[in-house]
Amino acid sequence: MELLPTVWFVAIAVLWTGYLFLEGFDLGVGMLMKLFARNNTDRRVLLNTVGPVWDGNEVWLLTAAGATFAAFPMWYASLFSALYLPLLIVLVALIFRAVAFEYRGKVDTARWRTVWDWAIALGSFTAAFGIGAALALTTTGLPIDSNGDRQGGPFAWFSGYALLGGFAVVAFALVHALAFLALKTDGDVRHRARRWFVRLAPLALLPLLAWMVALQLLSGKPLTWILVILGVLAGAAAWVLARKGAEGKAFGALGAFLVCATASIFCAAFPVVIPSTVNPAFNLTISNASSSAYTLGLMSIVAAVGLPLVIAYQAWTYWVFRRRVSAAHIPAAHGFLPAIAAKVLVGHAAPGGPAAKHAPQDAGE
Amino acid sequence: MDALEIARWQFGITTVYHFMMVPLTIGLGLVVAVIQTLWYRTGKVEYLRMTKFWGKLFLINFIMGVATGIVQEFQFGMAWSEYSRFVGDVFGAPLALEALLAFFVESTFLGLWIFGWKQLKRGVHLACLWIAVIGSVFSAYFIIVANSWMQHPVGVTMVNGRPVMTDAWAVFTNNTAMVAVPHTLFGALAVAGAFLLGIAWYHLWRRRHDGIDTVGTDGRAVAGEADIPGRDKADYKVWITSLRIGAVVAMISFAGTAITGDMQGKLMFEQQPMKMAAAEAACHDGTGFSVLSIGNLGSKNCNDIVAVIEVPGILSFLAKGDFNTEVKGVNSLLDEYKAKYGTHLPNNPLYGDRAGQEIQYVPVMEVTYWGFRMMIGFGGIAALAALLALWVTRKGLVPQSRWIMRLAVFGILAPFGANAAGWIFTEMGRQPFVVAPNPDASGVDQVFMFTAAAVSPGVSAGELITSLVVLASIYAVLLVVEVRLLVKYARGGVVSAMPELAEARGSEKKEKKDDDGGTPGAPGQPGDSDDVLAFAY
Repeated sequence: MELLPTVWFVAIAVLWTGYLFLEGFDLGVGMLMKLFARNNTDRRVLLNTVGPVWDGNEVWLLTAAGATFAAFPMWYASLFSALYLPLLIVLVALIFRAVAFEYRGKVDTARWRTVWDWAIALGSFTAAFGIGAALALTTTGLPIDSNGDRQGGPFAWFSGYALLGGFAVVAFALVHALAFLALKTDGDVRHRARRWFVRLAPLALLPLLAWMVALQLLSGKPLTWILVILGVLAGAAAWVLARKGAEGKAFGALGAFLVCATASIFCAAFPVVIPSTVNPAFNLTISNASSSAYTLGLMSIVAAVGLPLVIAYQAWTYWVFRRRVSAAHIPAAHGFLPAIAAKVLVGHAAPGGPAAKHAPQDAGE
Repeated sequence: MDALEIARWQFGITTVYHFMMVPLTIGLGLVVAVIQTLWYRTGKVEYLRMTKFWGKLFLINFIMGVATGIVQEFQFGMAWSEYSRFVGDVFGAPLALEALLAFFVESTFLGLWIFGWKQLKRGVHLACLWIAVIGSVFSAYFIIVANSWMQHPVGVTMVNGRPVMTDAWAVFTNNTAMVAVPHTLFGALAVAGAFLLGIAWYHLWRRRHDGIDTVGTDGRAVAGEADIPGRDKADYKVWITSLRIGAVVAMISFAGTAITGDMQGKLMFEQQPMKMAAAEAACHDGTGFSVLSIGNLGSKNCNDIVAVIEVPGILSFLAKGDFNTEVKGVNSLLDEYKAKYGTHLPNNPLYGDRAGQEIQYVPVMEVTYWGFRMMIGFGGIAALAALLALWVTRKGLVPQSRWIMRLAVFGILAPFGANAAGWIFTEMGRQPFVVAPNPDASGVDQVFMFTAAAVSPGVSAGELITSLVVLASIYAVLLVVEVRLLVKYARGGVVSAMPELAEARGSEKKEKKDDDGGTPGAPGQPGDSDDVLAFAY
């Protein structure tokens, strides 16, 4: 077993865990925009719980992908090209979702908001589903040949595991977001979120648990079964704690469940990064997919300094914005105020002059 | 079209589109950070308003850069898997470091800046913006290190047919990158300069048009006030200061791009002589710079091209710094390239249908020749316009002409055009290579890759055309949305970014009515509710 590729396999597992933990709740909050929020104020409460942090959370995805490229170029190339269409859909979802966060409040009409609400909700759902499917497939197998290229047509990657992984991440993100909202909001939204969490969690954690168990059956080791058991305990603890109203602890226990889940999945998959469903001889492993020791060494040094720093300043962000958000905090939506008022134009320009002609157009915006 | 052509169109469209948002993000970010620093130092109200107004436009644009940047990172693996496998050992590192050291910083600290106006102390809040902006400069550095390695591969040795990094210092201080980074940053500032200039011009014109500002007896501007939210005397200062900052930034950045561009040109004559020969449509060896060449530039056949106007010596000056050295033309380079890298693509299955095809070493000369000239032309026009604008507005007034105002607003597009043309030139000029070989001793021998071998072998043309159509349509729709929002908020003026101005004004008036001018100041205190988030989506 080689040390540096193993270190980077662990590092990438950590990055995916960080991504699913952090963006997990903002993807879930995005879906809840349509499923849970009852009115525009609710939606704005939801948005503002993740407003300052969602973009930073998404960078975990970019870093996971970039680190895979740098540390395991063959893994990156094979996975991303094999899943060409599903990843295209994920990209489209992420584009709309990002733009929607920023643009939703920029025009004060119900129609505009509805369009972007759907973009956030569907974008979050689709991104969560696609990333879950991609992760499930890289742990359970893709039809790759000796060069690492996909055999078969554009949909040859499909298997039941894609659906399982997709549902696993979507369902986890939903309850993770409910736990997050219970912790981050106040008033009606907080209490409803907690009630929803208690009701949904037992069911919603099942797909992820099924993926964990499936991987143990495919390539598990005794040690990884222990992680599965720990995961079940953590999930149960989250439910019990939420029932008791210990919102912070419940959120923490749910995080522990996720860590156990990714740890059990990645440890069971190790050292294979993509099993080939065509021929096990074509499996991509940490040995035949990795970069040189020099590159991995360089990356290790930078990551050893950089990643703790990232965690530190992101933690500080959560500290700065630690207070609960509630409907009372949401300011009224600002109608757009043009710098040109029609009445003034009439006052200053000759009737029928160029200014008056342009006035309705300017003021109407 | 085969898969390779489609993949190249997709990469080109995605990158040029992404690079409309990026220079505005970098350039405007730097400008807003400087303005907020001025506010921090002086406490002058116009600097606060400028920070809020330009910051608002900055954010509307920033998010589009974020959204399209994800495509950039994914498409290497998706559409260019063979390229990713070939270069991964050296090319992946700057990309990963960009995410780890730059994107995290940028997104996290920008979140703090947007929402932290009241949560953070003024100095800390300002520091957050600076950190985010410096993060964006670092991200430019890392991505250009990656790109420069494709232009001039260094710091590697070939192991089993793949370049393996042996000298990270060489990769991260590649001389190509060391001039391309400042060139790109100045290009970004040029965009910001024209952006400030154009929009500030519009508002000064609008104020004059609405009769708010008038001309004094000495011919200088007399700032006035109007019964419109935000249209007070400080508003005049906002726009005249913005206009002047914009014009100065535009001129400095043009000088910067010219100096770094000249250095880049000299390196390129050494590192990629064919690209520069193609930029000149210089078929034969010589010293003359073509001002106008006609003929079928696209024919890749040099006999069809006639240089109509040529300035002797200038080409040599651009390439070598004197007026006499002969610069190699396309014809002699072609023989050299054929001798070194073969006349036909290898019969390797990775080339697919393209295996064994004849190699076209001359880039599409219409693109390189006109791309090069558009880059310089648009850049120069923007700088000249900025100089002219400073002169015209020396008395604090813009002309009343609606057409000149429109020209100033449309002038915003010129540096965007220069940026796009420059990238299209340098990327198309590198063809047929995706990793260009080093003819000189400064790089590593035998490290190169034909673009024809780089595309994903497992991905079908159908998949690629699907993604091309889907992405291009989304880009088109979102461009319309972004531009409309930018126009709307730009026209709205400061009050569109600071609605509190209107509220404050409203309540002040009310108070005046109630107790006749009593209790001024602290109007419309928002109260406790604003403590959670300074800004709300």
